[in-house]
Amino acid sequence: MAVLELSGVSKSYRTHLSLRKYWILRDLSLSVREGEIFGFIGTNGAGKTTTIKLALGLIFPDGGSIRLFGEEATSVQARRRLGFLPENPYLYDYLTGIEFLDFHARLFGLGAAERRRRVRELLERVGLGNRGERQLRHYSKGMLQRIGLAQALINDPELVILDEPMSGLDPIGRREVRDIILDLKARGRTIFFSTHILSDTEMICDRVGLLVRGNLKAVGRIDDLVSREVRFWEVGLKGVREQGLPCGRVVSRRDDQILVRVESQDELRRVLALVNGHGPSLLSVTPARQSLEDLFIREARGEAPSAPEGARAG
Amino acid sequence: MPARVFAIALNTFREAIRNRVLYLLLVFAVAMISFAQILSLLTVGSEDKIIKDFGLASIDLFGVLTSVFIGIGLVSKEIERRTVYTLLAKPIHRYEFVLGKYAGLVLTLLVNTAVMTLWFLIILAVKGMFDPRLLLAVLLLFFQFLLITALAVLFSCLSSPILASVFTLCLYAIGHLLWSLDLLQAKLKGGAARALCDVLYYLLPNLANFDIKGQVVHGLPVAAGTLGLAAAYLVLYGAAVLSVACAVFQRKELQ
Repeated sequence: MAVLELSGVSKSYRTHLSLRKYWILRDLSLSVREGEIFGFIGTNGAGKTTTIKLALGLIFPDGGSIRLFGEEATSVQARRRLGFLPENPYLYDYLTGIEFLDFHARLFGLGAAERRRRVRELLERVGLGNRGERQLRHYSKGMLQRIGLAQALINDPELVILDEPMSGLDPIGRREVRDIILDLKARGRTIFFSTHILSDTEMICDRVGLLVRGNLKAVGRIDDLVSREVRFWEVGLKGVREQGLPCGRVVSRRDDQILVRVESQDELRRVLALVNGHGPSLLSVTPARQSLEDLFIREARGEAPSAPEGARAG
Repeated sequence: MPARVFAIALNTFREAIRNRVLYLLLVFAVAMISFAQILSLLTVGSEDKIIKDFGLASIDLFGVLTSVFIGIGLVSKEIERRTVYTLLAKPIHRYEFVLGKYAGLVLTLLVNTAVMTLWFLIILAVKGMFDPRLLLAVLLLFFQFLLITALAVLFSCLSSPILASVFTLCLYAIGHLLWSLDLLQAKLKGGAARALCDVLYYLLPNLANFDIKGQVVHGLPVAAGTLGLAAAYLVLYGAAVLSVACAVFQRKELQ
């Protein structure tokens, strides 16, 4: 079942003095299924945040329909089952961490005892257990991201929408956010997040959607979108001269070590034959497969399509 | 609904009482009320009038400044700082947000006015000049603050804080000069122009309904039913202004 469904959604803006329309999104159709982690990737300005704002009813589409749990995006009832963390959250910096979470819990009509329990539990869960008494103006960027994430989970939502949750975080912070997302999935929750950090996306997402200049270029499982066949190999060798190579192209050289790129299994075999126990030694053999990054860059640059048929959107 | 509006009101109140501007205004107000004593020494025979007049005027001025300068940022600051995104992603109606913000500032004004009035009464009690009608004058001033706050919230939904403050202060000034429309109308001959005066007279806020400072200070009678009329005017006009604010915010794109 789709928990979030966008059908033929378009959105444009006009500048104050111009009558000209600028299209942010064009005919976007997308559905997020129950229990999955959906990564919404795209370049800066591709329309990811606009899509999220439309899904939350913060702005209104020019055309198309948006359904949250089968209801209109502006439905208050649907938002009871939703959690949201905006990009670079600007939070009420005059509140302490505890007051901030308590305020958001009140908006769900939770009783005092339940609020106290959830606030305590969430502060622990996001690693701010002993920082709850401090005002948010004294929080670091990573701490703000974590308290922002905590408010998004205050109602134990079925769908969590995160706008660039990893942006600006150090590797430890990113790892923590990733773990929280995976933990939410393990609890049966659905997660929809936008990002342009592709390594995280590749690691945790069940499906991804690739947005380029307001158009959804591809959507589906990563394995369906990118070819997993080996495109070439890189072989690291020590103690071999370039002239002694039967084939391949030297990619880099340092002291007596070289990195050679070979294009086929046959070439690989011929290069590996050099390593016979007496002369050159083998350092590494790395197969290069197509990555999400390759797909991303290709689509963003408007190059020829590479995603397999059927996985492409629109 | 009341729980959500209350939660937003409480948060707005917290924001205001943790804002240094509020304390600055309050300190200035208390200083002004106290200054009336010094000023009264310069006059002969009308010391009590000077103290009462200056005290009420100070409460009026600082109450209006608080209404305007906190009111204009109530909604627009939430949009500008993007805190509204997390809030409206929660199960609240947009009108609840507007009403909650308004209620929070009303609570702030209540505390603010109470502190100023208390200081004013202490000075009057020490001087032996207490007059219960002063409390009525302060109550009407408080009604005026509530109406101005509603206007500030409306403009806050419509435009930037700077424009909102200009519009609100203009309406405050016009609201106290509305009697001049009557004079203008009497001098006009054309039917259309007179009708326009009529429309403007009823459309613009008539803040004279909340001003009995002159009567109280100079010991003149206050018309019976003044409080009831002012309360009814506040409820009707205030409800209309807030309804428009809610309607505007309902369709507002939160970029």
